[in-house]
Amino acid sequence: MEHIAPPAWVMLAYLISGVFFILALRGLSSPATSQRGNHFGMAGMLIAVVTTLVTHDVASLPEIMGAIAIGGGIGWVTARKIAMTDMPQLVAAFHSLVGMAAVLVAAAAFLNPSAFGIVGEDGLINPVSRVEMGLGIAIGAITFSGSVIAFLKLAGKMSGAPILLPLRHVINLGTLAAILGLIGYFTVDQSPWIFWTVTALAFLIGFLLIIPIGGADMPVVVSMLNSYSGWAAAAMGFTLHNTAMIITGALVGSSGAILSYIMCKAMNRSFISVIAGGFGAEAAVSGGEAKEQRPWKRGSAEDAAYMMQQAESVIIVPGYGMAVAQAQHILREMADVLKKQGVSVKYAIHPVAGRMPGHMNVLLAEASVPYDEVFELEDINSEFAQADVAFIIGANDVVNPAAKTDKTSPIYGMPVFDVDKAKTVFFVKRSMGGVGYAGVDNDVFYMDQTMMLLADAKKMCEDIVKALQH
Amino acid sequence: MDFISILSIFVMACFVGYYVVWSVTPALHTPLMAVTNAISSVIIVGALIAAAAGGSPTAKWLGLIAVALASVNIFGGFAVTARMLAMYKKKER
Repeated sequence: MEHIAPPAWVMLAYLISGVFFILALRGLSSPATSQRGNHFGMAGMLIAVVTTLVTHDVASLPEIMGAIAIGGGIGWVTARKIAMTDMPQLVAAFHSLVGMAAVLVAAAAFLNPSAFGIVGEDGLINPVSRVEMGLGIAIGAITFSGSVIAFLKLAGKMSGAPILLPLRHVINLGTLAAILGLIGYFTVDQSPWIFWTVTALAFLIGFLLIIPIGGADMPVVVSMLNSYSGWAAAAMGFTLHNTAMIITGALVGSSGAILSYIMCKAMNRSFISVIAGGFGAEAAVSGGEAKEQRPWKRGSAEDAAYMMQQAESVIIVPGYGMAVAQAQHILREMADVLKKQGVSVKYAIHPVAGRMPGHMNVLLAEASVPYDEVFELEDINSEFAQADVAFIIGANDVVNPAAKTDKTSPIYGMPVFDVDKAKTVFFVKRSMGGVGYAGVDNDVFYMDQTMMLLADAKKMCEDIVKALQH
Repeated sequence: MDFISILSIFVMACFVGYYVVWSVTPALHTPLMAVTNAISSVIIVGALIAAAAGGSPTAKWLGLIAVALASVNIFGGFAVTARMLAMYKKKER
């Protein structure tokens, strides 16, 4: 049985669906067009689903509708309820579902190949389709088990510390080689055991790949799994000869890959070293070393309020610690009071400020910070030299000058904010003891123009707002 | 469609993806991940084919489960993206 080409209008419908997905991403080039982009995405999905349903003899429409209703209901409710700080684990959980869906579709295609039109004249599955299926199920399984581990680590249900197995690189490379070898052998022998062994090994490798990666590297991992979920969809698109799936797979695959690259660059880490894992374990050790005592100045909320009122321009550098303390709303109030008094206030966001790409922007947007007051690293860094006050809250490594000067520092080479150039620096921090993710001391604490505001971030902002209103 | 045509579409789409994603503003990288998550669930097309077909009851049930999982993602992904995008506001002047 040859693959029967579907009518031209069906091919066109899937093509339109794919184009709509491109437009969905294109809309995200600016917040002003982003909502329209999202609507294109929804329309594209509707076209793809309806086209599929009307061009197949559907024997089980009620069951299918039931499955959509159950899944859709769960997804809808989750999306409404989730806190914005929990976004990284939600995305990881969603990735795992795409991965599992890919595994199930590939398994169904293997069990019922004639439904997918991939049976050759000899009654066997086409060899090319076998490779595509094998890759689809393998990538899907890796995405699933990897995302489950990423989810558990991000949700704090599993320690963020890397788990390092002995000989892990040998085991991982061996498993990967076995998967590829078996998929190759699958083209000459379509025995079920090969297919299921590939599946089992892929589930295992997904798990093994993510457990050695520390919490600080999770933004890269989430982006990487995003990419995998795309490649899994693309592989199934090849099996089904479906344009919408192939275009989407390529889009999502590129998107995840680019985001991983951006995250790695923002931490000055190579992708290979992130994947090899272990980061965070060494840092925990070096952070334990005794530090020399250096003089530093402590400031009060009143000092901060006074200095910022006198300032012409204030740049706020928020980090994830701010979100943990739930200080974003009161921080925005503080900025509002300052703006009313004629002070220019800007926010400076480092790419790794949150726990996933762009996370801090979402958290600030939720606190009603206008997006045109929020600037990326490269756009604002030159302005610190003219700024009267740099207000650092919940961030640490991203303002550490050691990244520019100290070649022995674990964060050397990471792009950082030049807060040391501002006339006055306020550093909101819980205590002098704690250090950032990388576990290194920060020279900014000890500068002449720095005042440490030692308190809970939320409490400190509340006190500053009170002092400002006097 | 033959393999080469499909491969051509795929390669071209990778280039389109590369340029489109670089044009996304970094402020919207989290919504980007949420929406790519939703659209990668277009894999539901494969799940629907498996669920609709007769012949193998096991394949049908695997398909139905896949339909449900992909639906979680489609509805959840688009809804959470919409929720985030609605929060991005310009300065009041």
